[in-house]
Amino acid sequence: MSEAETVIQVRALSKTYSVPVREPGVRAAVRSLFRRETRPVAAVREIELDVAPGEIVGFLGPNGAGKTTTLKMLAGLLHPSAGEARVLGFVPSERRHDFLRQITLVMGQRNQLVWDIPVADSFERNRAIYRLGPALFRSRLDELVALLELEPLLRKPVRNLSLGERMKCEVAAALLHQPRVLFLDEPTIGLDVTMQRRLRAFIAEYNQRTGATVLLTSHYMADVEALCRRVVVIHHGRILFDGALQDLVQRFSAHKTIVLELGPGEFDLRGYGEVVSQEPGRAALRVPKQATAKLTGRLLAELPVNDLTIADPPIEEVIDRVFSQEAV
Amino acid sequence: MRSVRDWASLYAAFFRISLLANLQYRASGTIWMIGLVLEPLVFLVVWSTVARSEGGSVAGLDPRDLAAYYIALLVVNHLTFSWIMHTFEYRVRFGELGFELLRPIHPIHGDICDNVAYKLVMLIVLLPAVAVLTWLFEPRFAPDPGALALLVPALVLGLAVRLLLDWTLALAAFWTTRVTAINQTYFAIVLFLSGRVAPIALLPGWLQDVAGALPFYWTVAFPAELATGRVGFAAGLRGLAVQLVWVLAALGLISFGWRRSLRRFTAVGT
Repeated sequence: MSEAETVIQVRALSKTYSVPVREPGVRAAVRSLFRRETRPVAAVREIELDVAPGEIVGFLGPNGAGKTTTLKMLAGLLHPSAGEARVLGFVPSERRHDFLRQITLVMGQRNQLVWDIPVADSFERNRAIYRLGPALFRSRLDELVALLELEPLLRKPVRNLSLGERMKCEVAAALLHQPRVLFLDEPTIGLDVTMQRRLRAFIAEYNQRTGATVLLTSHYMADVEALCRRVVVIHHGRILFDGALQDLVQRFSAHKTIVLELGPGEFDLRGYGEVVSQEPGRAALRVPKQATAKLTGRLLAELPVNDLTIADPPIEEVIDRVFSQEAV
Repeated sequence: MRSVRDWASLYAAFFRISLLANLQYRASGTIWMIGLVLEPLVFLVVWSTVARSEGGSVAGLDPRDLAAYYIALLVVNHLTFSWIMHTFEYRVRFGELGFELLRPIHPIHGDICDNVAYKLVMLIVLLPAVAVLTWLFEPRFAPDPGALALLVPALVLGLAVRLLLDWTLALAAFWTTRVTAINQTYFAIVLFLSGRVAPIALLPGWLQDVAGALPFYWTVAFPAELATGRVGFAAGLRGLAVQLVWVLAALGLISFGWRRSLRRFTAVGT
């Protein structure tokens, strides 16, 4: 990717926090009065990333992997300890107003709307902050209200909204200035399945309409499967994988699942692979990937097989496997 | 850069929201106001008692002069104080400030609007309180008409100095978790040196010098004394000049402190 084609460029980006440490007990407490000891903790280690305009990239990783730290560095809220980040050609940590006007950060667990006043008034404040003309503001607001079905919520104070309703309003507020880069940190956390789906559909639609670049972290694989063709797996601050979701499965799953429809009778399947489930007429086997073809041949030859399907394991399982490995 | 029109539009929008939010909090605001009224009332009663026992006046102030001073002080203190130091730590800890940093606008503008809106909304409670106190204590106001004309700029500058200084000190929240201790020390100094415990004239000479060299007298007692007539036009002009110097000093402090604090905030994170 050439420089002109990237919206986000990250080179050897690292973040190390200095965390105070203290032994338990009074003596240690007294000692810490005079000498505070700290320990460096690397949250992000030399990551490299290029994101093209209009891409939706999913950040996957367990808690504490460095996802939020990375997003905060890219949004300009955290200064990197080493390395370099550029977003839209800006150095995020300089927090230039021209930069801030073109990005947004949505954090699922935090809110930026004014708690006690109607949602519409918070939107109005954003209009002034981002210097949107009345006509432009009106048309964008109408669009967001239609897409997210906000009409019945606009005149309610934020504190009276449900979590899902509030999240929709948060997202709308974060997009009124039509940012070119969206950083979404767990945007669907705590939402019910319907609301998650609706928000996902909205993010996809926004990306289609505006060509905005989206960087998204989520614990829900469904978010990532629905939205991101490209995923970045981060663990212990390092990038373990960067590529298509399908390739992730290919690369990290050492197993396949073979589902069999069998004729009448009792069969001992233990000789073929790990039996995941077995009931009369139906069974599922977990087999090593490289042995799949050979085992399939044997199954077909040796058993009365009516139907046979070979499937990749669920993505959750693959991810779980990735995270349980220290290094790949 | 924003044009004057942009700024006006921004402040209008912020101010409108602050006004709406403050109207929501009118009950808790009223309780705050009771404390604000009680403080000068207590000192007024104390010093009036002292004046009577000293044969009618103390340092040339009789009970009616003291009443004028403390009623003026009540209004000035309300119009110039800020609650920024009380809320800033919360904003840092719970990530609100993080969101404010993502906006292409300095967070202080929202605070200015919030505080000014609160002052206006609470005048609904304050003005009747002033009327009752006036009826009870028969204050003697004898302001110089020229000095009275300086009152509005003196209040605006007083508010500017206090707000900017409070904001700078609130930045301590980036450096330490013991903000409350710092705040309490600062409030005690302000209480004493801004003429709220006693009119500055009642303090020992050296302490009067200290008060004159620090900003607190100029932000609270000075506007009050313009109103009562203790400070005349010429002294009033000099006072405005001192206030102006403090505004500039506070602006310098805040921009220095803000840059340093931001660097720390973005290094440490929330």
